[in-house]
Amino acid sequence: MNTRNSALVVEDLKVHFGGGRGLFTTKPTVHAVDGVSFSVPAGATFGIVGESGSGKTTTALAIMRLVPVTAGRVTLGNTVISELDKEDLRAARRQFQIVFQDPYSSLDPRKRAGEIVREPLDLMQIGTRAERDAKVADLFEQVGLRPEQRALFPHQFSGGQRQRLGLARALSTEPDLIVCDEPVSALDVAIQAQILNLMARLQRDLGLTYLFISHDLGVVQHICDEIAVMYLGQIVEQADRVTLFTNPQHPYTKALLAAVPMVHGNKRDRRNRIRLKGDPPSPVNLPKGCRFASRCPMAEPRCHQEVPELREIGAGHKGACLLI
Amino acid sequence: MSAPLLSVDDVVVDFKTRAGNARVLDHVSLEVASGEILGIVGESGCGKSMTALSIMGLVPSPPGKVTSGSIRLEGRELVGLSEAELCEVRGRDIGMIFQEPMSSLNPVFTVGEQIAESVRLHENASPKAAMARAVEMLRAVEIPEADLRAKAYPHQLSGGMRQRVMIAIALACRPRVLIADEPTTALDATVQAQIFDLLQDLQSETGTAIILITHDMGAIAELADRVAVMYAGRVVEKGTVDTVLSDPQHPYTKGLITCVPHLEPEPPLVRAPLPEIPGVVPALTELGMGCAFAPRCGNRIAQCGEAKPPLEATVGPHLTACWVAGP
Ligand SMILES: Nc1ncnc2c1ncn2[C@@H]1O[C@H](COP(=O)(O)OP(=O)(O)OP(=O)(O)O)[C@@H](O)[C@H]1O
Ligand SMILES: Nc1ncnc2c1ncn2[C@@H]1O[C@H](COP(=O)(O)OP(=O)(O)OP(=O)(O)O)[C@@H](O)[C@H]1O
Ligand code: SF4
Ligand code: SF4
Ligand SMILES: [Mg+2]
Ligand SMILES: [Mg+2]
Repeated sequence: MNTRNSALVVEDLKVHFGGGRGLFTTKPTVHAVDGVSFSVPAGATFGIVGESGSGKTTTALAIMRLVPVTAGRVTLGNTVISELDKEDLRAARRQFQIVFQDPYSSLDPRKRAGEIVREPLDLMQIGTRAERDAKVADLFEQVGLRPEQRALFPHQFSGGQRQRLGLARALSTEPDLIVCDEPVSALDVAIQAQILNLMARLQRDLGLTYLFISHDLGVVQHICDEIAVMYLGQIVEQADRVTLFTNPQHPYTKALLAAVPMVHGNKRDRRNRIRLKGDPPSPVNLPKGCRFASRCPMAEPRCHQEVPELREIGAGHKGACLLI
Repeated sequence: MSAPLLSVDDVVVDFKTRAGNARVLDHVSLEVASGEILGIVGESGCGKSMTALSIMGLVPSPPGKVTSGSIRLEGRELVGLSEAELCEVRGRDIGMIFQEPMSSLNPVFTVGEQIAESVRLHENASPKAAMARAVEMLRAVEIPEADLRAKAYPHQLSGGMRQRVMIAIALACRPRVLIADEPTTALDATVQAQIFDLLQDLQSETGTAIILITHDMGAIAELADRVAVMYAGRVVEKGTVDTVLSDPQHPYTKGLITCVPHLEPEPPLVRAPLPEIPGVVPALTELGMGCAFAPRCGNRIAQCGEAKPPLEATVGPHLTACWVAGP
């Protein structure tokens, strides 16, 4: 199967909400995702971190074609996902699947677990009935559930088990790419470790490509190969996992890293950190220059005029700041 | 530690459920002194919020009940006080920041009115003086343009600002003990850091004792002086933050610290799988006679299934409830 080597390529992706004309006025445009580009080699994990509302989920949904793409291109292997028509999109969906944060609300409470995992196979008519049954039993074992648990309903599973079900369902169509939006954020730390280890093992065994969204920098550092930091709809810094954490360049990345309490830290060194003040501006009324300027501890007058471009600042390291 | 300001002594809380009696707090003992931050950590459902509610006299009853034990504030017994007496204690002596800020703010009153209300409940202040105090509190929690923001309704504020309003309400009457139940779970890391700084400032300026409930060991390391680790309704380990984090004795505490992918300033190139705590937390209605952690514990011995290990000193003031741990 050559699609196993396919990479995800996102080029200048934009998702704007609203902006349509109402009866009397023009509705304001929300620039949720505003020119995002990155690519993920097959079998790798690409992380997206950033403030609440910075556009992480919207980026994920746009790649999945679950929200309308305003502009830009999304390619997975040889398939241009962003340009597929309805029929082709339905067929192509087996290549890319999504796992959501909330294992409670993302599973249909009236369906038995086996049916939930089987559903994508039925919808896409993959294999014979008997083959689908065998496949579901297999998937249960792969994610660490017992095949006899197929007969249970979602409420009879714990949070961690429900996330395993979500993974089994996503894996059912043998996808190349799994988009994971905060997959462990709702789980207790002990269960989170079980799921992260499972995801790493599945990736190794099946050659999966992950797009991994999380606000937990420790988790991202552990699981991702390359990481993009988003702020107000744009990527402000991007690097491999070692570079980003040892040599952060963008003032927002630095502030974000400084904000995380460290288990090896103590009361004393807490005091000497830079702190951000204020809230981010709204994605409706975007400021003129750098979008971070209103909170940036390094901002200069020109930051409020000039827009910093995301550019190469080191080997495989990109940043969007006028001062670096 | 100096004499405790607040002490929780051997408290048992039971809930009647369809599946039988659930012992939600099983002989819990904690203490916090003035100017000290006590952290409480543990997995979901282990009884952290219930400990806070029992201190506040807010255990939902029925179905819940404080079956036995004692909770004393400067020697004064709180268990068994009338609702009117408890109401006085809450806010004047003990303030609480709840887990979900939106559900504990009233959507139809401005935030200024809500803080002023809390001031007036416990002091004889005129409406005008109470409102002035409210604005002053908003300033103290670093809300910009406090006099304008006092006139805002909760939905007009960001999550971080709402949480700061909750802190302002809890602090309006200068309580001696502040209980913060996961005060930052829904917030961004940068906003969380602001809230933590605020708590730390308040504690060092006013000497308020703080009980900080969290599942974040990093927050414990950077904020708390002492920590209690809870599992299935019991305190399984208790000591100073330095000793518990650097030399954990209970297998559950060890697991909690190592299973989290902590942010490292110098991440290792090779990533090993995370150590796991296998299995899940047991149902409180199905606990046996032995150690509740036994089904998940790698150090288990025969004795563990037969009796609950008492919380006893292992090294100095460091207490552990485990048959295997200790000197
Ligand atoms: N359907 C929609 N209509 C209008 N605005 C939307 C819609 N969906 C998202 N937005 C806005 O787009 C921006 C980006 O939202 P998004 O959910 O992608 O953020 P996020 O980075 O995932 O945040 P979080 O960390 O809170 O999950 C936000 O300002 C949000 O309010
Ligand atoms: N009304 C109730 N009836 C029966 N059991 C209850 C009731 N309320 C709470 N419990 C149980 O009490 C236990 C302790 O709950 P508590 O809210 O203190 O947990 P917690 O440690 O704060 O968890 P979290 O981290 O999820 O907030 C839980 O097992 C819960 O199921
Ligand atoms: S361009 Fe200016 S405002 Fe923007 S991040 Fe760089 S220094 Fe800060
Ligand atoms: S008492 Fe036994 S089962 Fe419980 S934590 Fe200690 S070793 Fe493990
Ligand atoms: Mg999101
Ligand atoms: Mg709680």
